[in-house]
Parts: sequence; C-alpha cells; structure tokens
Amino acid sequence: MRRLLLKSLVHGPLTEAAPTRDDASVAELAARVDQAARRRLGRTLAIREVDAGSCNGCELEIHALNNVLYDLERFGLRFVASPRHADVLLVTGPVTANMREALERTYQATPDPKWVVAVGDCARNGGVFSGSYACIGGVSAVVPVDLHIPGCPPSPIVLLKGLLALLETVSAAGPRNGRPT
Amino acid sequence: MGALNEAIRAGRRVSEHRPWPRAVVSRESWEQAAHRLHAGEWALVGLWGERDFAHMAVIERESGDCAVLSYACEGNRFPAVGRMHPPAIRLERAVRDLVGLEPEGLPDTRAWLDHSKWNLRHPLGQAGHAPAAPSVYPFLPAEGESLHQIPVGPVHAGIIEPGHFRFTANGETVVRLEERLGYVHKGIESLMAGASIQRAAVLAGRVSGDSTVACALAFARAVEAALGVAVPPRAVWLRALLAELERLANHFGDIGAICNDAAFAMMHAQCGLLREQVLRAAEACFGHRLMMDCVVPGGVAHDLPGDGERLLLVLTAGVRRRFPELVELYDNTASLQDRTVGTGILSPQLAEQFAAGGYIGRASGRKFDARRTPGYAPYDDLQFEVPVLEEGDVNARVWIRIREVEQSLSLIDEILRRLPAGPICAPASSPPAAGVSEGVALVEGFRGDVLAWVRIARDGNVERCHVRDPSWFQWPLLEAVIDGNIVADFPLCNKSFNCSYAGHDL
Repeated sequence: MRRLLLKSLVHGPLTEAAPTRDDASVAELAARVDQAARRRLGRTLAIREVDAGSCNGCELEIHALNNVLYDLERFGLRFVASPRHADVLLVTGPVTANMREALERTYQATPDPKWVVAVGDCARNGGVFSGSYACIGGVSAVVPVDLHIPGCPPSPIVLLKGLLALLETVSAAGPRNGRPT
Repeated sequence: MGALNEAIRAGRRVSEHRPWPRAVVSRESWEQAAHRLHAGEWALVGLWGERDFAHMAVIERESGDCAVLSYACEGNRFPAVGRMHPPAIRLERAVRDLVGLEPEGLPDTRAWLDHSKWNLRHPLGQAGHAPAAPSVYPFLPAEGESLHQIPVGPVHAGIIEPGHFRFTANGETVVRLEERLGYVHKGIESLMAGASIQRAAVLAGRVSGDSTVACALAFARAVEAALGVAVPPRAVWLRALLAELERLANHFGDIGAICNDAAFAMMHAQCGLLREQVLRAAEACFGHRLMMDCVVPGGVAHDLPGDGERLLLVLTAGVRRRFPELVELYDNTASLQDRTVGTGILSPQLAEQFAAGGYIGRASGRKFDARRTPGYAPYDDLQFEVPVLEEGDVNARVWIRIREVEQSLSLIDEILRRLPAGPICAPASSPPAAGVSEGVALVEGFRGDVLAWVRIARDGNVERCHVRDPSWFQWPLLEAVIDGNIVADFPLCNKSFNCSYAGHDL
C-alpha cells in the first residue's frame, strides 16, 4: 500500500487537467460551477439520487461522476444518503407505477428550497418505455422538474454540464418549487 | 439417451423452435421434470408463461443437453414447479402476476411484481381484468424475544436501484432477510409483444443497463436462431469483444465497490479509474460508453474503427500494468481481508440447487459458464479458463472477478489478433416464409447466464419475448448468505452479489 500511496504522491492527482477537448470542458465547468455554486449555495450543493425505474445505465454514469477523473466534489457537488440532507433530487427512469409513491415521499421528505433534475431520456417522457401499463411516463408527471438532462444514459460530462445549467437557472429565477410556505 | 431427450420425444415436438428442442409435454412429464430438478439431475434456467402455456428451460447436468418444456394449461392452471424446486417459486409468482396462470400447489402465493399499482391485471394474459385491490404486503413472520426489524428501501442510501429489504435482527446479527422486489418493473415483455424486431432489440438492450451487451446479444441470438440468420464471422468476433469489455468494466466497478463497502476507498478510486478507461475505449471504438445498441439482430451496428485495435491494446497493456499491484494490495491488506474472508458464505449445495450463474456460482464450486455449456461462437475457438473456488464467501467472489478480469484481458488480445475480415451484419432478410418461428439463446453476461426466448410472428414482428436475467436465481441466495452475519456486513454481501434490480423486475 505504501508503494501505491507514494506513487500517487509523486505522480500528482489523476483528476483531469490534460488539454483534450473533454478535459478542457471539465476545467471550464470547474471554474463556472465553482463561482455559481459559491454565490448561490455557499460552496456546496447536496444531491440525493432517486432511481424511479431506470435500467441502471444512468446510475452507472452518475457513479462515474465520483471517480478520480471527474471528481465531482471539487465543484462542491456531493451525493448524500438522505433526502432530508438534500438540495437537489436527481431522478432517473420513466417512473414506474411501483415507484411512484416512493418518489413522491422522497420529494416530500426533501426540505425547501429544492430542485429536481430528471436524468436520462426515459425520465423526460418514458422514452423507450412510454406506453407501458407499468410506467407513469416521465418524472414531471409526478413531481415538478426544474431541469432535464438528456441521454441514454448521459455521459458524466453531459451530467456535469446539466448540473451547471441548473445552477444558472437557479441564479436567474430562484427556486421554482418548494418555496417555503 | 438422456432423460431430457426422452421427455422431449414423449411430448408433442414444436417444429420451428431452434436451436434447442421444445415440446409440449403431458402433466405427468411436467411433474416428472420438477422431480428431476429437485433431484439435481437438471438445472432450471428459465420459467415463463403466456396465454394458455407455461414454459420451462432446463439443462441436463450430465449431458449438457438443453430444452424447453411447455405445458398446455387446462383452465389456466399448471402444476407448480416451485412445490418441488424452490428456485422456481419467484418465477411462478411472476407468471401468476403477469399472465394470470395459477401454479397449483405453489408454496408462496403472494403477489411479486404486481404491487397493485397498475391499472390492469395480468398484462401478458387475458385482458380486461380490473387491477388488484391495494393491500399490505405480508412479510414472513420472524418471532422471538429481543428480535427487531430494520426496513430498508425502496429508496436506498447510495446511488443504487430500488428494492426493499426487511431485516430481522437479534442485536447485530441478522436472523432473517426478506427481499421485496418489483419496484422497477417496466412491463418490457408487454412492450416487446407486437413490436418490430428492431424496437424489441432496443428494449432488450435496456433490460439491465450494466448488462446491455449481454441482454442484446441473447435477444439477437434468439432472433437469429428463430429466423435461421447466419451472422458474419467478423460480427461474431466483435460481439465477443464487446461482451468482454462489458465484463471488464463491471468487474472493475464491483471489485472497487466491494472494497469501498469495507471502507477501503483506495481500491475504489483505483478500480474506478480502470473502469473509466474501459468505458472511454468503448466509446472511442463503438460510439457508446456502455455499448448500448451495438449488438443488433444480424450482427453488430459498428465496426472497429481504424485505430480501434491500437486503442484496445493500449487499454489492455495499461490494465496489465496497474491491476496486479491492486490485486496485491487487496491480498495484503489485513483490515480488508478481515471483512471479506468468511463473510456471507454461500454453500455449494445452494449454488448448485439454484443454478447460480456467474461469479456467485463459481465462487461456490459451480463450474458453469454459458460460453462453455451450451457454448457459442467464437468462444469454442478461443482460449480461456473458467475460474472456480469452493469457499463461497465475499472474498471468493472478489477473487473470481479478479481471475475473470485476467481471462477477459487475454480474450480481448486474442480476439484482436485473430479478428476475421468481412461484413459486420447479415443482409436484412424478409420475414420467414415458414410462418411462426421460435428461438432461444443463453449468453454469459458479467453477472451470469442471460436467457432469451422469442417467438417471431408471421408478419416478422415479435409475438412474445422473455428475457431472464441471472439475478432471478441469485437474489434468493442473498437472503441465505446474510443469515447469521452482522447487519454491517450486508452491504459487502450485497455488493459481492451485485444482483440487478432492473433485470429482475423487467
């Protein structure tokens, strides 16, 4: 273990900085998300992921956001274990009938102000699963959605861009849902 | 001659079913099959239904023969296989929910996929049934002094799929775990019914996102078997390349995540990097990080680009450089071994009884790999070993993955070295003149064997398709392995299984 740790120290972080196209957009995003996040949310945005019927492809890519190359936490974005700790619900899937109640209750358990991001093509309108007796067909049919990130599944870079777009929406208009009543 | 062959001969043979035989058998023969499954002579690899028929796919252990037995239901009833052979119980509960057939004598008649939330009943059976009345799901009782329950899910703490776990614990020790699944049931088989082959292939690729190549391949091979399509050699080899890349990516993800659940984040970070490198190579070569929609009926959608071979060789060389020191780290970290060795032991008897596929079966002495039995091209022409261990604990399941990573690396190198030239897709064929035809295929995904069965109608569309994820036979075993372990070791056991919720719920 010592050897590996030492190697990591000598080699520096693996987190991307090299000037390929993707790397550049990550670096650019890093700066922009950082500014916006600090201004609006005081350095950090807590995200609760909810799978509402996805094929698990979106979950794999959301996971990848945490790997050393994307290192989501450097932007002040982090995943939390409970909706009670969350500012954002990241919802995937066409919303199956069997998950509808769980999604509603997760939304209700999230404190205001809160935002909902629907991730993936089937989270928009059911995608390839639309028309099924078992699917509601899109996250917005169940809870109000602030932003949709397309893709089947969206790549980590697209997910990052989407989260930035959310911050910009937030700064322009304030929370659309869940204003304290 | 094997007993399975005899059962087929005694039944009414269905002519257009390939490559395995299918026969409609008598009640006596169906019940006899349940006995043979119970006795361990045959392994159950699938059980599904449609209007008026129940079907089971079995493999004879000794001969390796495969077949589909069908039973013509009288009055919507068939003799429950689960009465003799417990691995069939959840499958039969699903048949009951989806098709409305009644398995006679089924020990557990609670609804499984139907949570009374649909606006209909029996979506694959006779239409027109009003939805089931909402009711509280009765969990199995666990009674005793000082027992307490821990309900978990369907929304879990991590970035994972939804399902409900009901733990009954005595202090720290789990005395019973009961799973309740079905939350991500999307009605995929209903969507496939009547769909074009192309649309059904897209759906098959989304049965379980982490196994998109395996599921799409199983579906494609079943369709090709039904229609008698010959896939060009280059496509056959490219499919194996895709499948091994998928296996690599998932095994890296799992090895890291298992260690992470023992709070050893360094392995998680290192394995996450390897996984990402595989996904980037996949995107560069085939246009999609998870390789969705790359396998299509008739062949593959994308050829390896000009620099693809170089990219993949760089990938495998890089992994070969980095991975051994990670394996050494895993093997030499006492605090990590303390968590994985002896934790969540699956007995070889249970693995065999449930015909547990993939690393779960192979870590418990079950030497089964669909690439070998029944086997399919190009694996019959490739050099690889199927690693097997006997211990059956979390550690053994990690080691099987490590050994399979090594095998996949050498398979990828060999495939690249010997990749035949030529077209990558069979020419689009007109609908079969013969009329209705059926096909079946068993494919080794990273998690285990995926079964696909399909009937193509006269108009060339899919009439009925069934995709059985390996998780069906693995989820029940997770309930068994956690028994007597502490609650804090559940994430380790669960991740070492890594069953698919989406693939199971379908």
